[in-house]
Amino acid sequence: MKKIYSVLVENRSGVLCKVAGLFSRRCFNIDSLAVGETDDPRVSCMTIVSSGDERTIEQIEKQLNKKLDVIKVKTFDETASVSRELMLIKVKYNRNNRRDIMETCEIMKASIVDMSKHLMIIQICDVPEKTNLLITMLQSISVVEVARTGTLALPKCMDTPSGE
Amino acid sequence: MLGADAIVKCLEAENVDYVFGYPGVAICPFYNSILNSEIQTILIRTEQNAAHAASGLARVSGKVGVCAVTSGPGATNVITGIATAFADSIPLVCITGQVNSELLGSDVFQEADITGAVESFVKYSYLVKDANEIPRIFKEAFYIANSGRKGPVLIDIPIDVQNAPVRKFNYPESVNLRTYKPTIKGHAIQIRKVIGELSKAKRPIICAGGGVLLSDAEKELRAFAQKYKIPVVSTMMGIGVMPTRHPMYYGMVGNNGKPYANRAMNESDLLIMVGARVADRAVSQPDLITENKVLVHIDVDPAEIGKNVGAAIPLVGDAKHIFEDLSKEEFTCEHEEWISLLDHYRETMQKKRHPDPAYVDPAEFIRLLSEQMEDDAVYVADVGQNQIWSCSYHIVKDGRFLTTGGMGTMGYSIPAAMGARLACPAKQVVAVCGDGSFQMSMMELATMRQFHIPVKIIVLKNNYLGMVRQYQHFTYEDRYSVVDLSGSPDLEKLAMAYDMKFMRLHTMEKAEETIAGFLAHDESVLLECIIDPMDLV
Repeated sequence: MKKIYSVLVENRSGVLCKVAGLFSRRCFNIDSLAVGETDDPRVSCMTIVSSGDERTIEQIEKQLNKKLDVIKVKTFDETASVSRELMLIKVKYNRNNRRDIMETCEIMKASIVDMSKHLMIIQICDVPEKTNLLITMLQSISVVEVARTGTLALPKCMDTPSGE
Repeated sequence: MLGADAIVKCLEAENVDYVFGYPGVAICPFYNSILNSEIQTILIRTEQNAAHAASGLARVSGKVGVCAVTSGPGATNVITGIATAFADSIPLVCITGQVNSELLGSDVFQEADITGAVESFVKYSYLVKDANEIPRIFKEAFYIANSGRKGPVLIDIPIDVQNAPVRKFNYPESVNLRTYKPTIKGHAIQIRKVIGELSKAKRPIICAGGGVLLSDAEKELRAFAQKYKIPVVSTMMGIGVMPTRHPMYYGMVGNNGKPYANRAMNESDLLIMVGARVADRAVSQPDLITENKVLVHIDVDPAEIGKNVGAAIPLVGDAKHIFEDLSKEEFTCEHEEWISLLDHYRETMQKKRHPDPAYVDPAEFIRLLSEQMEDDAVYVADVGQNQIWSCSYHIVKDGRFLTTGGMGTMGYSIPAAMGARLACPAKQVVAVCGDGSFQMSMMELATMRQFHIPVKIIVLKNNYLGMVRQYQHFTYEDRYSVVDLSGSPDLEKLAMAYDMKFMRLHTMEKAEETIAGFLAHDESVLLECIIDPMDLV
């Protein structure tokens, strides 16, 4: 079962290390981890995608809450969230496959953001499924390198009586 | 006022009586300032034992134990002691000196990233970068260490911060931590559910862990058990929640526990697990304790509930408050059949030992020893076969039984006994160890001598690392590997070297009078008991 943890933490040095260390020490998986400051500069948000059985998922949340640098943990399913990942892919191209690449990009809503005589960088910002799909699609051409942010996610907008 | 003076003032504000430690340049400003204070410093002989001694003090006094060591090797040496306190949930504040903050990260002499290294063994840690933050940090550290699920907190202080001026010393009256608010009171709905199950239960039982002692809830637990006539068993860390001979107490559970205690737990229909982690030594098959029974799991740490076993009724809160709330209900419980069944188990399922009369029988010896010990004495058991014998045969009357059940760190008993003795100088404190564990802490005989800490030490000598030898006996068919302790010193000469009284017991023949003589001494005594090297627990 995949779960997304949105973890608000104190924006202090060493906190990333503590949270990542907790996952490795307790043998919890990290599929991806993305960190950034929130609108409050004293608070960072870590978006962690992890998987495991029900008990593991509950333990992850409890152990995260135990950390004194953790302010709040929100856990949600992929389906209940809006998730995005940004990925940059550098590929080698030639005259024969240039059109194919451009077509693939068009279908996948990816864009070419840099280019030289033999290389180009493709950017995609989409749900992780799609970013993975693009890699698969481009695998037949030669992929030189890939950089990706990991999943960022927020729970879907739902109007609650409190208006939150 | 300098940072170092501020640290001392913080310790005074927290009513610290003793600091256990070992100096080095990086902690010297602190050790200079503490000379102006009434706080007593105890020079321990290796840093690991500073944490153990602080642990012993904390466990009998309920206060936070404090140790202070230097940077680099001083800090890394104390890690095992901190990890021991963490596994056993003992409140400590450990101060480490650190190299000049300008030099941090450049691998200078005696620099170690101690906050990084100790991360998985502390409840929290601080690296102090501004001397003006010292009061707030210490206030928080003492609060964090001794509240909720207790544990060690480390404060790393660079030497330049200790030497930096502090503008104004103001010790905060309260702490404000937005991320840390332990649940103390149990949820009313969950409490009602427990009462509901209890009124239906035919075979209820309480399994008490170390958390009951940490929350000082023995009295409340006993009252609760008495009121609703619920039998009690305990884990190793829970030994002492009830007097061993209390009619409602049915011994320690686990693979080294009493067979009747395990049977009682397995045959119950309502199991109230309180302040216990359901770790492998106490409960080797967690599935069994939810089979055909309702499991109520009470713990102050929500993460412990559901970690090793799923509970039907989770109840987060402090044991003392929860037992108080649970005892408020009025209904009658009669479990006479269940209790007489457990009494029958207790009578018929005693382990039979066949000791060799040529040696001291540790089981009988420990029984005789505890009979003669004062009612409120503190018994500190080390780790190894001696620990299992101590758990099985020591009789707690109104005193304390200390051991490290979580980490199982050899050498714990002597420094912990020193800490316990300093915390309650009027009480008899006896440390019982094996010849392996004794040699892990024997340097502390000097500390005992220097600071006049009269701890009574018993060494069960078999010339082996007995617990491992026993394991190799069963697992590797007596192929003994690295368990022979034959290079050990002559303990009589060693005792003489430290001006300590020495006694030796070869057989059980003169056991009673030897024990009487041993306990009668006012000062430190070392009693060596020669036990059967091939004995099994």
